[in-house]
Amino acid sequence: MSSAKVAKPGKPGGENLVFQRGGFTVRKFWCAFFVFWPIVAIIYSLISSLVPSLGWWFPGPSVTELGQRIDNLFYLILYIVTAVFIGTQIAMGYVLWRASHSKDERAWFSHGSHSLEVIWSVVPSVILLFLALYQMDVWALFRVQAYFPKEARDAPIAEVTARQFEWRIRYPAPGKKLQLKPQPDDLYDVNDLHAPINRAVMIQLRSEDVQHSFFLPHLRVKQDAIPGQIIPIWFKAEKQGIFELTCAELCGWGHYKMRAQLTAEREVEFEAYLKKLQADQNYDGHATPSAVAKKDE
Amino acid sequence: MSAAGVAQEHGHADEHAQGAHGHHEQSFIQKYVFSTDHKMIGKQFLFTTLLMLMLGGALALGVRWQLAFPWTSMPIFGPLFANAGGQISPEFYTMLFTMHATVMIFLVIIPVLAGAFGNFLIPLMIGADDMAFPVLNMLSYWFMIPAIFCFGMSFYFGGAASGWTSYAVLADLRAAAPGSGSAQTMWLMGVTFVGVSSMMGSVNYMTTIINMRAPGMTLFRMPLTIWAMLITAILQAFALPVLTAAGFMQLFDRLAFGGWLEGIHTVFFIPAGLVVNNTDPTVGGGQPLLWQHLFWFYSHPAVYIMLLPAMGMTSDMLACMCRKPIFGYKPMVYSMSAIAGLGFIVWGHHMFTSGMNPALGMTFMVSTVMIALPSAVKVFNWIGTIWGGRLQFNTVTLHCVGFVSMFIVGGLSGIFMAAVPVDIYIHDTYIIVAHFHYVVFGTTMFGVFGAIQFWFPKMFGRKMNETVGKWHFLLTYIGFNGAFFPMHMLGIAGFPRRYADPYVHPYLEHLLPLNQFITISAMIMGFAQFLLLGNFLISIFRGEKTGRNPWNANGLEWAAPSPPGHGNFDVPPVCFRGPYEYSNPNRADQDFWMQTDPTRPPKNPPEDPAHGHS
Ligand code: HEM
Ligand SMILES: [Cu+2]
Ligand SMILES: [Cu+2]
Repeated sequence: MSSAKVAKPGKPGGENLVFQRGGFTVRKFWCAFFVFWPIVAIIYSLISSLVPSLGWWFPGPSVTELGQRIDNLFYLILYIVTAVFIGTQIAMGYVLWRASHSKDERAWFSHGSHSLEVIWSVVPSVILLFLALYQMDVWALFRVQAYFPKEARDAPIAEVTARQFEWRIRYPAPGKKLQLKPQPDDLYDVNDLHAPINRAVMIQLRSEDVQHSFFLPHLRVKQDAIPGQIIPIWFKAEKQGIFELTCAELCGWGHYKMRAQLTAEREVEFEAYLKKLQADQNYDGHATPSAVAKKDE
Repeated sequence: MSAAGVAQEHGHADEHAQGAHGHHEQSFIQKYVFSTDHKMIGKQFLFTTLLMLMLGGALALGVRWQLAFPWTSMPIFGPLFANAGGQISPEFYTMLFTMHATVMIFLVIIPVLAGAFGNFLIPLMIGADDMAFPVLNMLSYWFMIPAIFCFGMSFYFGGAASGWTSYAVLADLRAAAPGSGSAQTMWLMGVTFVGVSSMMGSVNYMTTIINMRAPGMTLFRMPLTIWAMLITAILQAFALPVLTAAGFMQLFDRLAFGGWLEGIHTVFFIPAGLVVNNTDPTVGGGQPLLWQHLFWFYSHPAVYIMLLPAMGMTSDMLACMCRKPIFGYKPMVYSMSAIAGLGFIVWGHHMFTSGMNPALGMTFMVSTVMIALPSAVKVFNWIGTIWGGRLQFNTVTLHCVGFVSMFIVGGLSGIFMAAVPVDIYIHDTYIIVAHFHYVVFGTTMFGVFGAIQFWFPKMFGRKMNETVGKWHFLLTYIGFNGAFFPMHMLGIAGFPRRYADPYVHPYLEHLLPLNQFITISAMIMGFAQFLLLGNFLISIFRGEKTGRNPWNANGLEWAAPSPPGHGNFDVPPVCFRGPYEYSNPNRADQDFWMQTDPTRPPKNPPEDPAHGHS
């Protein structure tokens, strides 16, 4: 006799809700349902990561070495997390199946297990602590100024000022160093940051109005621009190209359209670009720009 | 005397209870409007939050529409809300996601857990006749009304539009954005009122749980729901004052007097020399990061305020549906306490890229990964609870299993974010959106949906329809995963949050079809909520009648009549054992053993769950 039959309090409404166990098919269906969705999730994730042409994964491999190290950390966590996900979902499917199909009259009367609790507290905490400590040096390299490459620290190439809704860029005149205060011979551009490749470069990030965030997805660089603060960031692009620069911190209605770009180019091209900026800036409307450039040299 | 006998006796007392308590000379207003009865207040909270859930959902669908079909007129709501041509303008879009989050967090999740279930369940589960301070309790509901009014006024002024995080300086300077004028002021007042309401609630909950437990209800005989409510109330009491203070600071920063008082305001968060939209440069000396610290000092604990009660309720429901004691009762209590404690020292993980001292990033990373530990322990214990149980798939079970399954996803994605270097890339992308929807919607809301089904018989003396309930679960679950799982991929692809039109950026153009899929899933999920609402409302009047203890559960609340009259219990309850004595072999005749049941086992003394393991 099942325990179910005994315990009917005989209330108005009679039928007790607990013992509607559902038919065999119903139980099978729900077990399958709860196992099915993690399988879909895994397949979907596999497809996303293995078929880059779909564009459901990183926007290409990182253009910087530091970015690749960030990606590697991401993958390390991904592997651990996937194992835990699969493990817990299998455990879940298994206990669900067993519990819903058990022929026993009664559930297993157990208040838990001390040793299991110890195991499943200690093992994850070791893994988690390892994960945290393992990340430290990448973070230090990215953000702690003392760990920046010396060539970057010594000579910031530009100051980037975010404002609603554009990026203003200020370079020192060729051969000069970037000063905190704008200089008369500084060079300006908007929404197009140029930087030489294969050299660690530092940028001074500022905001003129509200908060913004300097986001270079292809370089895995992100740093908020905080009004009233100057924040140094560095990167070393290893590939030539034009990479999107976007804003990643809500800064008002036009947040989405703070579209700009990073032009990563060879050192000579970068120098030529600065020269051209200088020439354009010195152009007085009479001489031809190229003549001005000549005069400057 | 067997429990069946007790129940039988109660059966007769039922009508008595109704007769004696139901017909106090209470006017309609006293009974249904300005009620001081915790059950009525809980129901008021429940109705209000369900209504707000639908509103918040509509706002979300507006956001989703724009992301899937940018700049096209939205059906139904388009002509209603948006400006010319039914298009969602960028200003309007910013407002939509701000108000969506605001409504969902401050008017749905927080009040449905503490307000609705906290109110309804605490006195019943600990065997009290009401809350310690009934009038304060009533006020805590009525302070929600000015809050809703203020948010409504915020809409009227165009809607606050600086995100639910209301970051300074965007939210601080009136000229900074269209939504930063009076709409933002009303928003801040609304949040303050919600805070006052929550504070009244938490003082009440702490006092009630500590002082008003029935004889025999020791701390370690309390159901996990009560533990969760207690811990939540403590969290609330310590964290909320900081948000309230920060809110007032922002309000003072925003003062805009005219005449001879012009220019009088504080500059807590405003640095000097900012020029927004061609206004005069600000005079200042304030620090925008201060706002972020204060805000997250509250709002990280708040995310647990949005979760712990659901964890407690799910534990109780799951044990009952598995006919099995909760696995590791004390570890469950300790892990909730650990989550609450650690919850106070992890706020900086929302600020890894903010520009705060990088050394802080490292410490916050360590504390944040450590908070994943108690979360993991809880998951293992839930799975352990199902292990060896006698399970049946009713709507409540489905929601509980959904809860655990979704929490696994949300907890695991948290680890990516906790790792500072990885967070550099994924911060403020859609992977964050995926993460918190898995925890706040996937976890908490499934817990709440389950809890509605589970305690409905106690609230209204009737049960909700199972078939509709299962359809609601099925559609919500499929819609939910369809909507939020792909968001992880969006995040990895670098898709930023809060963009009115992400497709102006070439590297995001190809993500439009995926977003359309997400939006369609979200619509399925949204429309499924009408099933819940309909089932809920119709069952109040038409649902099958149930007795005191339709689930054969153990808690004290099931010893009271359904619905309980004024004063709750017809027989003052005494607690004899812990709440999870399901399938105890000492009880041969039934597989549950109510906490109020005085029966002793034939020979052995009843086993105390507090000492049953460990
Ligand atoms: C396993 C434990 C968890 C960890 C390690 C974790 C970690 C994090 C981190 C690091 C962030 C910030 C990400 C960023 O903005 O870059 C975050 C965001 C968030 N988390 Fe969690 N989390 C956990 C569990 C939860 C839970 C249980 C909830 C709620 C019930 C929650 C709700 C949120 C919310 C709402 C946000 C986003 C806030 C916003 O920016 O609007 N998290 N989480
Ligand atoms: Cu922005
Ligand atoms: Cu947090």
